[in-house]
Amino acid sequence: MRAADYRTPLIGVDSVEHQSKLMRLWETEPGLKGFLTTVDHKQIGIRYIVTAFILLAVGGIEALVMRLQLAGPNLSLLTPEQYDELFSTHGMTMIFLYASPVLSGFSNYLWPLLLGSRDMAFPRVNALSYWIYLASAIFLYAGFLTGHGPNDGWFNYVPYANHDYNPGLNEDFYSLGMVLLGISVTAGAANFIVTAMRTRAPGMSINKVPILIWGTLTANAANLVVVPAVSLAFFLLWMDRQFGTHFYDSHAGGQPLLWQHLFWIFGHPWVYAIVLPAMGMVSDGLPVFCRRPLVGYSVVALSTVATMILGFGVWVHHMFATGLPGLGLSFFSGASIVIVIPSAVAVFAWLATIWLGRPVITTAFLYFSSMILLFVIGGVSGFMTASVPVDWQLTDTYFVVAHIHYVLIGINLFPVLGGAYFWFPKMTGRFLDERLGRWNFWTTFIGFNLAFLPMHLTGLLGMPRRVYTYADGMGWDTLNLITTVGSFVLAIGILLFFINVFRSLRSGVPAGANPWDAPTLEWAVSSPPPPYNFAVIPTVASRHPLWEGRLGEDGIVSSVDRGMLLDEGKETIGTTALDADPDMILEMPEDSFAPLLLAIGASLVFVGLLLKSWTLAGVACAIALIALVLWLWPRRDLREREPAHG
Amino acid sequence: MHLAPLTYLSAAGTRAGITLPLTWFTLAIAILVCVIIAIILWMGVKRAQSRGGAAETRSAALLRGASGLNWIGVGLLISAVPLLITLVWTMVALARVGTPPQHPAFTIDVTGRQWWWDVRYDATDPEKTFATANEIHIPVGQPVLVRLHGGDVIHSFWVPKLSGKTDTIPGQVNVTWLEASRPGRFVGQCTEYCGWQHAHMAFEVVAEPPADFERWRAAQLQPAPEPTTPDQKRGMAWVEYRCGSCHRVAGTTAGATAAPDLTHLMSRHKIAAGTLVNTPGTLAGWIQLPQQVKPGALMPNQYLTGQQLSDTLAYLETLK
Repeated sequence: MRAADYRTPLIGVDSVEHQSKLMRLWETEPGLKGFLTTVDHKQIGIRYIVTAFILLAVGGIEALVMRLQLAGPNLSLLTPEQYDELFSTHGMTMIFLYASPVLSGFSNYLWPLLLGSRDMAFPRVNALSYWIYLASAIFLYAGFLTGHGPNDGWFNYVPYANHDYNPGLNEDFYSLGMVLLGISVTAGAANFIVTAMRTRAPGMSINKVPILIWGTLTANAANLVVVPAVSLAFFLLWMDRQFGTHFYDSHAGGQPLLWQHLFWIFGHPWVYAIVLPAMGMVSDGLPVFCRRPLVGYSVVALSTVATMILGFGVWVHHMFATGLPGLGLSFFSGASIVIVIPSAVAVFAWLATIWLGRPVITTAFLYFSSMILLFVIGGVSGFMTASVPVDWQLTDTYFVVAHIHYVLIGINLFPVLGGAYFWFPKMTGRFLDERLGRWNFWTTFIGFNLAFLPMHLTGLLGMPRRVYTYADGMGWDTLNLITTVGSFVLAIGILLFFINVFRSLRSGVPAGANPWDAPTLEWAVSSPPPPYNFAVIPTVASRHPLWEGRLGEDGIVSSVDRGMLLDEGKETIGTTALDADPDMILEMPEDSFAPLLLAIGASLVFVGLLLKSWTLAGVACAIALIALVLWLWPRRDLREREPAHG
Repeated sequence: MHLAPLTYLSAAGTRAGITLPLTWFTLAIAILVCVIIAIILWMGVKRAQSRGGAAETRSAALLRGASGLNWIGVGLLISAVPLLITLVWTMVALARVGTPPQHPAFTIDVTGRQWWWDVRYDATDPEKTFATANEIHIPVGQPVLVRLHGGDVIHSFWVPKLSGKTDTIPGQVNVTWLEASRPGRFVGQCTEYCGWQHAHMAFEVVAEPPADFERWRAAQLQPAPEPTTPDQKRGMAWVEYRCGSCHRVAGTTAGATAAPDLTHLMSRHKIAAGTLVNTPGTLAGWIQLPQQVKPGALMPNQYLTGQQLSDTLAYLETLK
């Protein structure tokens, strides 16, 4: 993103010649070269989504194997070692490699379209964050596949994660892989924040952006703040393990609880970061099927931000049993109870939207609306754990396992699947099959609740989490069997979704530009959108530019077919942070090998560190440096360098 | 609730007793909220005039509708009531369960280890000090202070019928307390993931009338009896030689503390941290092949000959 010269952009209307001119400027080269160099946010977004769904399937298969082991008491399908690596890898996969990246994928794909822009603010950074995400997933799974998967749960408490008790490479793979993933998340977060602040279409003041923007923006502002804590935590762990430092070693004045603080200062905001964008999808998608705008836009947007701010002050509720002083506990307990309020705002807004609208039942609507109930179930179980004395009983039992799955499946996976039904036509030009969609929804919904609703009771009957087996006579046999059956039904539901995607890609009913008659800007362009998104930059006058004139408002007219042409280069418009007044012409970069090369270099650095091969690490640093030089080399077409005789 | 020994939906002690009504209250609120929201949602969705797909969506007319802000306002007002009650109740309950007793009957030190519980009674008074493992006896109606130590990795000490969880963390001493309101055998369990045998790291708290407790304590203070028969004598030599490198039997040269104290092994209801009921048969199996019962446990398989095993058992059975 770079300011161009101060010429005034031409205003005009869309035309065929104009489109072909833009096409030449924006189109990614076909073939392998284009695949490796593209900076198109739509391609990157789809890559994120596809990669995340593959990892969802992998993490799901891991869960099914564990559920077989737990189907009855004293089973020995898995050894304790295998079970421990499976549950740890399952958590790592779902929380770090599926839940967050899938939302990054949707947001990457949708943001510029929602905002009336032609790309993200930093397209090459965008490509970089995807490649590093992919590399870290490969890195982490290389550990698992060579028998060195993480084995201390996703939150990885020391001292068990430390060298004395865990001498294999398992925790080194996990530590370094997580630091690598942190680079991807941080780069992505910075990109989202600048994109939201600087590339909105003229007129789209901050109070007119879709709620998805609020959700992803808030989540990424939090990521920018908290990811350093967890990267540091993992880095210190690696130092403790490999170089004999004592950050977490109580025998040498270190502190095991330091890990827990560093991890949860990150970990709890992260939980919100992987649900707020999904809640945004519901806030934007649900009203389309209720045929009215969202109830309480402003309070929903504000409560999104409020959730995140309060979310910074609740991390200790993961540590109630660690012997911290009562005064501290009461503060965090209070904050954890109060955080219910902003969440409740969203629930009542969605319910009111359904009641005050005229709902049309589609598969996407079923996913979005059922999510409200799942959100409430996950919310009230969270509310119970917020009360310290109650939590001292609930914590680390299956009650918490049920809670986290209602949060992550209920508030992440269900909106994502709803979002897939909703936006698939935009991304591919074809509908997902509605009939198969109903089967998909009901199988998923019934399977999920069958698996996880009884699990609350399993927890109340005292079953501790993370046990590879259990004795009979504890009262858990039947409930565990039900959960195992439910998990397979859920898996069939997810399989139906994949089948639907593959079938519909080839033979789905073609969808037009705006198949649901939805109000926001992504529906103003063709399906799938052209590489440049908008032939002319739209001007926005309301929150629902495509519904204007039909909601009884007067004098509000957005313009999507007449606006800035910006066709003298790869350009889009930069606007001011709050009011979105046009500010500068942004010169966007061409496709480039630099992000891929930098990602390869950075990842090889981590391979070198893992192997303690300083030569490899050094060579990898050199590759990264070369990539950076290529990337940063001043280019005339980006106005980074003046013509020699200008 | 006899069918579920670890459930915390019933209580038999002061701490758990204070918490239980709050647990039921929040659980009731939680279920009530889910039911109410489910009904509102269901009725709202039932109002749908059309079901189908994109064509039905497109053809449905748009609606400006009411602002609906009163839904949010009223909803929040109603939600605030149980939240406020819970907040106040939580603080009151926390003050009561979180404050250790000023005058405990006595203090015990419990150390969580992979994968068993080391228990020491009254460490301040050498005359009354003794060690046991995986089984804690307390007198009914008297508060007992428990100091928790982390022996290796983090574990968590939990006796659901008596008290919520407190972690045992290396480098710090955490405090919890037990007070049983009725006699009974209450199951405890490690609840912080601690490695391969986290699943098999249970213990028992035996609450008994004060007189019974005193008898138990007096017995535990005794050293191991002298062996009398030849096979017991051979067994003792074998225990001192083999078991003594990790275990202790008071009154013999077996004096290591890396593993459970065996001085009164046969007084315990279970072995291997709550994994097996303590009978001569299970004990023999455990001594020979602990790695089959608890893979990864620090005790290696022993592969004793039949004679060695029967001698060892003959001696161990005297440790009552």
